[in-house]
Amino acid sequence: MGLGAIGAAIGEGYTAAQANLAVSRNPKISGDIFKNMLVGQAVAESASIFALVIAILLLFLDAPGATPLKAAALFGSGLSMGFGAIGSGIGSGFPGGQCCLGISRQPAIGSRLTTNMLIGSAVCQTPAIFSMVVALMLIFMDFSNSPLFPTWAALIGAGMSTGLAAIGSGYGGGLAAGVSCDGIARNPESVANVTTTMLVGQAVAQTPSIFGLLVSFILLFKTFPESQALSASMALLAAGLCTGLGGIGPGIGNGMAAEGAVKWVARNTSRSGDLMRTMLVGQAVSQSTAIYAMVISLVLIFVL
Amino acid sequence: MAIEGADLIKAAAFIGAGISMGLGAIGPGVGEGMVAAKACEAIGKNPQEAGLLTRTMLVGQAVSESTGIYSLVVALLLLFVV
Repeated sequence: MGLGAIGAAIGEGYTAAQANLAVSRNPKISGDIFKNMLVGQAVAESASIFALVIAILLLFLDAPGATPLKAAALFGSGLSMGFGAIGSGIGSGFPGGQCCLGISRQPAIGSRLTTNMLIGSAVCQTPAIFSMVVALMLIFMDFSNSPLFPTWAALIGAGMSTGLAAIGSGYGGGLAAGVSCDGIARNPESVANVTTTMLVGQAVAQTPSIFGLLVSFILLFKTFPESQALSASMALLAAGLCTGLGGIGPGIGNGMAAEGAVKWVARNTSRSGDLMRTMLVGQAVSQSTAIYAMVISLVLIFVL
Repeated sequence: MAIEGADLIKAAAFIGAGISMGLGAIGPGVGEGMVAAKACEAIGKNPQEAGLLTRTMLVGQAVSESTGIYSLVVALLLLFVV
């Protein structure tokens, strides 16, 4: 919950700051801007509300037959949701803020901007939703038939994998969504191209968090033979850590590439094909390190 | 549970491999994204040079990728050689 609150606080602060700027530019429509700010903040808040729900569940759930393994699962659940909410919270703040600025610039297309903001920030929330899914599975699945060693490490690793990988994807998706609101406000005719480019860019930016989810599912559902060796546990823990950390950079980087492409699609719509191609090539290269991290994780899980 | 020396070394090598590749992926991922963003910007400003700019982007990204590959090599060494 503590970790989860960081992102939403930063994101909402950014939205509010941009809203103030927007009101100062165009005080006549301060009501519209205020309304839009609240909608944007509500979406950014949802990631931290997910974290709050998980925290309350963890606090008040009575775990029947509290075993060390269940404790590991609950700890993993907290890690997953806490880390997972950071990126989505920050990321959703960008479209909210840019949308407020856009409305002050072009009050006539306010509803189109709000729609675009909602689409963009909804995509930013998906990594937080992945984290919540993993967190809920860790809380409610029954692990009583699995051996404590090395399953404890698999469960904590599952939480870290999705949680950490979600940071980059949430943040990166937000970069693309923010600049798309700005672009539509500058050039309202470009709305279709901008939204398409934004969605494609965001979809690629989500892939690191999907890798994280995949590794988490493998760690959750594979049955590991009992082993007292420390190395067997550490391999699973490292697998989760590797895909999780490895997903942060490519998630942010893909978001930056999408940000650049969306920005210039709005300014130079006739070149949207070239820009989309360059964006995808650039993202594919940036993605490669996330794929290396996933390969190392899979080797740690299946080969060693 | 009794932890033996060889087991401890292996455990440390596995964790080290995970951290090496995990942290090592952050920098290249962000850096290559920056390159791609700037390439898109440049193509938006000057679409005639799209081919040249894409080539420059790929060369720049390949250099930025190298540290990611170093991390991968170190991780594989830790996993299979140590």
